[in-house]
Amino acid sequence: MNLGRYIARKTVWYLVALVAAVSLNFLLPRLVPGNPVDVIVSNLTRGGSITGEQQKQIYESFVAEFGLDQPLWQQFVTYLGKVFTGDLGTSFASYPTSVNDMIGEAMPWSIAVQLPAIVIGWLLGNLVGAVAAFRGGNWDRSVFTSSLFLSAMPYYCLSILLLYVLAVVAGVFPVGGAYSLGGTPSLSPSFLLDALQYYWLPFLSLVIVFIGGQAVGMRSMAIYELGGDYVNYARAMGIGDNKVTQYIFRNAMLPQITGLALSIGTLVGGALITELVFNYPGVGSLLFSAISNNDYPVIQAITLIITVAVLVANFCVEIVYGIVDPRIRAAATGEK
Amino acid sequence: MSAPNAPLTDEKAAPRSNPFRSINLSSRFWIALVLVAFVLLLGLAGYVYPTGPGEKVGSLYDAPGNGLVFGTDNFGHDVLAVLMAGTRTSLVIGLVAGIVATVIGVVVGLFAGFVGGWIEELLMGVTNVVLAIPSIIVLILISISLPKSTIWSLAIVIGITAWPWTARAVRAQASSVATREHIDVARLSGSRLPAILMRDVLPYILSYTVMAFVLQVSGAILAEAALSMLGLGPSGANSLGTQLHWALAFQAVGSGAWWAFLPPTIILTLVSFGFLLLQASLDEVFNPRLRRGRRRQMKQAAARRAAEAAQLASSRSEQEGRSEPEDRGEHGGRSGSDGPATPPAPTPVAPTPVAPTSTATARTQEGGLA
Repeated sequence: MNLGRYIARKTVWYLVALVAAVSLNFLLPRLVPGNPVDVIVSNLTRGGSITGEQQKQIYESFVAEFGLDQPLWQQFVTYLGKVFTGDLGTSFASYPTSVNDMIGEAMPWSIAVQLPAIVIGWLLGNLVGAVAAFRGGNWDRSVFTSSLFLSAMPYYCLSILLLYVLAVVAGVFPVGGAYSLGGTPSLSPSFLLDALQYYWLPFLSLVIVFIGGQAVGMRSMAIYELGGDYVNYARAMGIGDNKVTQYIFRNAMLPQITGLALSIGTLVGGALITELVFNYPGVGSLLFSAISNNDYPVIQAITLIITVAVLVANFCVEIVYGIVDPRIRAAATGEK
Repeated sequence: MSAPNAPLTDEKAAPRSNPFRSINLSSRFWIALVLVAFVLLLGLAGYVYPTGPGEKVGSLYDAPGNGLVFGTDNFGHDVLAVLMAGTRTSLVIGLVAGIVATVIGVVVGLFAGFVGGWIEELLMGVTNVVLAIPSIIVLILISISLPKSTIWSLAIVIGITAWPWTARAVRAQASSVATREHIDVARLSGSRLPAILMRDVLPYILSYTVMAFVLQVSGAILAEAALSMLGLGPSGANSLGTQLHWALAFQAVGSGAWWAFLPPTIILTLVSFGFLLLQASLDEVFNPRLRRGRRRQMKQAAARRAAEAAQLASSRSEQEGRSEPEDRGEHGGRSGSDGPATPPAPTPVAPTPVAPTSTATARTQEGGLA
């Protein structure tokens, strides 16, 4: 069917998902019994780190910021307005730092680890899976079993094992952190080289699990294609193995684009805890400290950003899929 | 009520052999069973282990020895005792969350798939929206909103965020069952919708449901661990996740106290891998077409398929295509497990098990709007 209808349909659905996500993000933390600001401020004072004067100031600024004296729907409008103008609010715990600044500092680290992990992991995983399917035999068996094992392994378990084996026992990589003590993040070559040392472990633990998952999917898709009628036909026609392999690869590759869409969300979620294990200063570590400080604005901002990022990524993948694979387009705009 | 419809009592019953003998359980199944049984035993062993998880038996990170198999953790508690209690908590959370998720998923999927029409559109729309939002995010949001989380509240919360992919998969199965003739018979004989769903549709997708449940359990255990590591775990209870949380918080990895963090890490990996393998091998048990056998079996299967094809060609009966060809890319092919519900696929599918994919992707299925 036509591409425009497909894209329109997807856009509508993703917009619905976006609205649902934003509403959840707004509503859920407001279900805290009582006034969330009350809870936070009383928690802050219990810690004894804040004086009465500061407390009052924080309290008033938050009530004003969230419009807590207004009805719920007005709060929602305020919230939406702020979100769409890119204002994520002010942190509770490290008042008066703006959440935008905190996330702006953490985000580059997370993106630097996750984006290459997704791209490289996807390409390598598909290659490994395809080769395993074509070669068959022992090669296939060993690749398949290890891929299955790796893909089953939670990201953080592999992180912990890698950190212990490679950094603590073998001493090949530094133990945790993102750069040497005393370094200040900059784009100078010396700093980047230093950061690269710390980069490998978090990157590896994400990419290895990701490769495993993609390889398992690709292998079965390729095996499925191997049994296709067109393969038999091509063979009967005397077409060379290389050419047939090419056909199979192209056909098996297409569904793997969906595989990518499916795994982005999990990888981003898994990366949160991976960062925690390595004490990597990305969004995951920020989320962790925000949770332990009950820093609701930061938590909400992070959950919102991650949701939007995952939705946008999935949307792009599906659009690309629709463009390259006419079958999906037909199926989605067809009766079902 | 007269003769023509009388049951064919004189028909000779097929010789019934022990169904388990024909199953030809693969080594995979036994490995999976051993792994899962090991984890279950570990959880149960807490009841007979002399030391409680809250008893202080040493100081910070005492090395193994002195009667303590895994030494002590950061609180000076016996790591093995904490591990046993944690495994038990994690299993309880996994079971409860798995039941909640499977029940919701099956109910939504059955209705959507069987009833069809706008109900299906609506239910699947909701399902896909929920599926698109990463579940860990919803879990975090709900957890920070709950004033105090117990293992029960945590389990239910995990369950109600995990149901969508079960619903989606069950819908695909149910809508293929809905077109079968025995459903028409049930309708004609006056059965009501709930009865049809329970008696005539559910049995066909039961094996699939069991497999989905197994995955939900392991998924829930991992979700709990992830939440606990972020500091949102059950308060006042030990779980595998809280154990890792404390080990990380007290620098167990950096200080080389392997006994504090390796046991929960390994158990979590075993849980995940073991349940996954169990699911994959259950798939083979329930679905004969996926049974990877000896060469002989494959030959037999090939011969049977050839015979079927010849028969079909000669009778020229109108052949139904694959139940949902468009599904291949979406989930049918990826999840591979068409289950016994799907009519025999005319296309020769390679006999190599496609099953494990389902496990790998199904568990991690997030995103992807229809």
